[in-house]
Amino acid sequence: MTKNLYLWVIPLLPLVGAAINGLFGRRFKNAMVSAVALLFTAASFGWAAWAVWTLWPGGDKPYIEALSFPWIVAGNFSAPFGFYLDQLSMIMVLVVTGVGFLIHIYSVGYMGHEGGYYRFFSYLNLFMFFMLTLVLANNYLLMFVGWEGVGLASYLLIGFFFLKDSAANAGKKAFIVNRIGDFAFLIGMFLIIQHFGSLNYDSVFGKIAEGHLSPETGWGVFTVIGLCLMFGAAGKSAQVPLYVWLPDAMEGPTPVSALIHAATMVTAGIYMIARSHAIFNLAPHALEIVAIIGCLTAIFAATMGLAQTDIKRVLAYSTVSQLGYMVLACGAAAYAAGIFHLMTHAFFKALLFLGAGSVIHAIGGEQDMRRMGGLRTKIPITFWVMTIATFAIAGFPPFAGFFSKDEILGSVYHSPYGGPVLWAIGIVTAGLTSFYMFRLWFMTFFGELRLGSVDIGEEAHAASAPAQAGHGAASGSHGHADDESHGHGGVHESPWVMLGPLVILAVLSVVGGWVGVPQFMGGHNEIEHFLAPVMQYPTVAAEGSQAPPGVRVLDPTSAPEERTTGEWLLAGTSVFAAAFGLFFAWLLYYKRPELPDRITAKMHGIYTMVLHKYYVDEGYGAIFVKPLLALSTAVLWRGVDQGIIDGLVNGAGTTSKGIGNELRRMQSGNIRSYAAWVAIGGAAVLAYMVWLGVTK
Amino acid sequence: MIPLSWYLILSAILFSLGVFGFLLKRNIITIFMSIELMLNAVNLSFVAFANYWNTHPRALPSGDPIVPLSGHVFVFFVMVVAAAEAAVGLAIIISVFRTRETLNVDRVNLLKL
Repeated sequence: MTKNLYLWVIPLLPLVGAAINGLFGRRFKNAMVSAVALLFTAASFGWAAWAVWTLWPGGDKPYIEALSFPWIVAGNFSAPFGFYLDQLSMIMVLVVTGVGFLIHIYSVGYMGHEGGYYRFFSYLNLFMFFMLTLVLANNYLLMFVGWEGVGLASYLLIGFFFLKDSAANAGKKAFIVNRIGDFAFLIGMFLIIQHFGSLNYDSVFGKIAEGHLSPETGWGVFTVIGLCLMFGAAGKSAQVPLYVWLPDAMEGPTPVSALIHAATMVTAGIYMIARSHAIFNLAPHALEIVAIIGCLTAIFAATMGLAQTDIKRVLAYSTVSQLGYMVLACGAAAYAAGIFHLMTHAFFKALLFLGAGSVIHAIGGEQDMRRMGGLRTKIPITFWVMTIATFAIAGFPPFAGFFSKDEILGSVYHSPYGGPVLWAIGIVTAGLTSFYMFRLWFMTFFGELRLGSVDIGEEAHAASAPAQAGHGAASGSHGHADDESHGHGGVHESPWVMLGPLVILAVLSVVGGWVGVPQFMGGHNEIEHFLAPVMQYPTVAAEGSQAPPGVRVLDPTSAPEERTTGEWLLAGTSVFAAAFGLFFAWLLYYKRPELPDRITAKMHGIYTMVLHKYYVDEGYGAIFVKPLLALSTAVLWRGVDQGIIDGLVNGAGTTSKGIGNELRRMQSGNIRSYAAWVAIGGAAVLAYMVWLGVTK
Repeated sequence: MIPLSWYLILSAILFSLGVFGFLLKRNIITIFMSIELMLNAVNLSFVAFANYWNTHPRALPSGDPIVPLSGHVFVFFVMVVAAAEAAVGLAIIISVFRTRETLNVDRVNLLKL
């Protein structure tokens, strides 16, 4: 523990890479740009792995490294530049650098034909820097810097094809929606400063653990802080009601979708909640709301994923849905399960996105699944890795997704904040997930290739207008890919620089879940034990009985080791739900492909609603955006800006002009009038002096 | 002995004559003469005060004695400056007359907007 790990090097390396590529990349050849980006990311991964290896398996206390100079000092409050490595940030930092590095490799192949190659890698490295700052920070403020920074990187990368209106708008939308959540996060931080006088994890959680709370810090304060943090996490992790930005974020290049909008950045909210679990554990109402929001998000997004036809949008909704699972786990106070799912999800969702990118690449930029099909034999490696990922996300054993999802659902069932209702919704969501993922699988890889042969109806066109527009513009940038594919005679497998990361991720998607094999299946649930030192706070509160009045303390007997009854049944149900989804997808999209049309014709109302994503975007547009826009135009722009601010400035001008205009009359050019003014002035001075003499 | 106030009243009358001449006359030479009148009105009061303090020696509130000759010295300075000013002023008047062919100040208004 005494050894200096120089943790600050880990985030700094990608920043150096970003700076080099950003400042000089324009003059570099593509190979040079990739070399710089990959080298610094790999070095960062290596350093992180070394740090984790040195510290392994970590003690009860985290490794804290504070740089010697303070960052912000104001009165009693200070925020240092400090880094923090415990079991939780170990997992996060390895996932971020590891998956990030693989996606960097993939991008070399995927982005090879695009313009702005150096810009892409510079942004990607910048993202890595901020994300690592976020997970390694030892206080909320530094975490917030990373938090905002990844938002910036996300904005830049979503709008990477900034000449496309839809991409630029999607970037703006992501940024603005995130800002709403950030606002709540900020308020939560202010409350923490007010009640704990510090933002350092150590002192805040330490005070909670020791019960050194000011008298007015009751359960209400914890609930409000918890809800504020939750709302912040809802922005970053795309939960109801702020999830709307994530599906649109698919306008970015596919590796970006994989890295930022599936594997790492969107999990920041989960990480933040897990990090703050000491606060959440004292706020049972906040936890209940967290669980409900997660559950709602999971099922809501899953149903929206059913009707999407853009391959990336299906994955986007599945990401929202899976994030809902993680939030649900946090809400059930099963933080370790949430982090476990975060990790396996990072593997298989990155794999799914990169696989989808490989499919899109193979058929020359097409993203609509209705134009795909029969790709199984044409791009076999992509097919196999996608198959693994699909089985993993659907939750079939022994793939990674099964263990983590089962862990979450089991915890939810037993948790005082969850319960059978939330568990049942989770199971239904698991079935839906399995259905739409296998729908994607069958539509993409089985049947006949329908490239250019399917006439897509008017209505569908209208619904997926952004995606279509995106494709229209993207085909320009994909021009090279098109030519190449025709040269090779149509569909072609991606190069090995893209397939390599896919294979590695596929292996991880299989074995990634084995670190969390639950007790009743003969495993040891290593990840739960590994994270136990971090997640120690609930029991501390229970033993010390320092919990503020009105707080229900977690029942330690709900620890996973204690539960045995019905575990097989719970696990069996989730596998059954997944199999159910698989069966229906097989029936509808493989065996009888004419059935979906008949069903949608019959359930036209519901189908249209789902296709239009429940009109949530339109609703937000009507409820928030339009009135805000109208208010801003009428009051803030025309009234405040043009009326008051411009009025003040112009008024100052016209006033001095008017005064000058009046005074100009004195400048008559008539010497005698000047003399008269002098005489009057002299007389006035004289009169004043006389008056002084009289009054004395 | 003539009281001080008489000198001052005469000085005030002379100064006022100068002022009114300056304000009412249009001929630039007359204006010039009015200025000289005002200067000499001031000179008169200087000399009168100097004479007064000479015959009624008194100390200032600060304790410093009043130097009775200072008024005379001022007068000499004013005269010298007035002479110089007259020389320059007459030169300007001649120059203006050569270009404008007039001594009426109301018509010398090129700088007016």
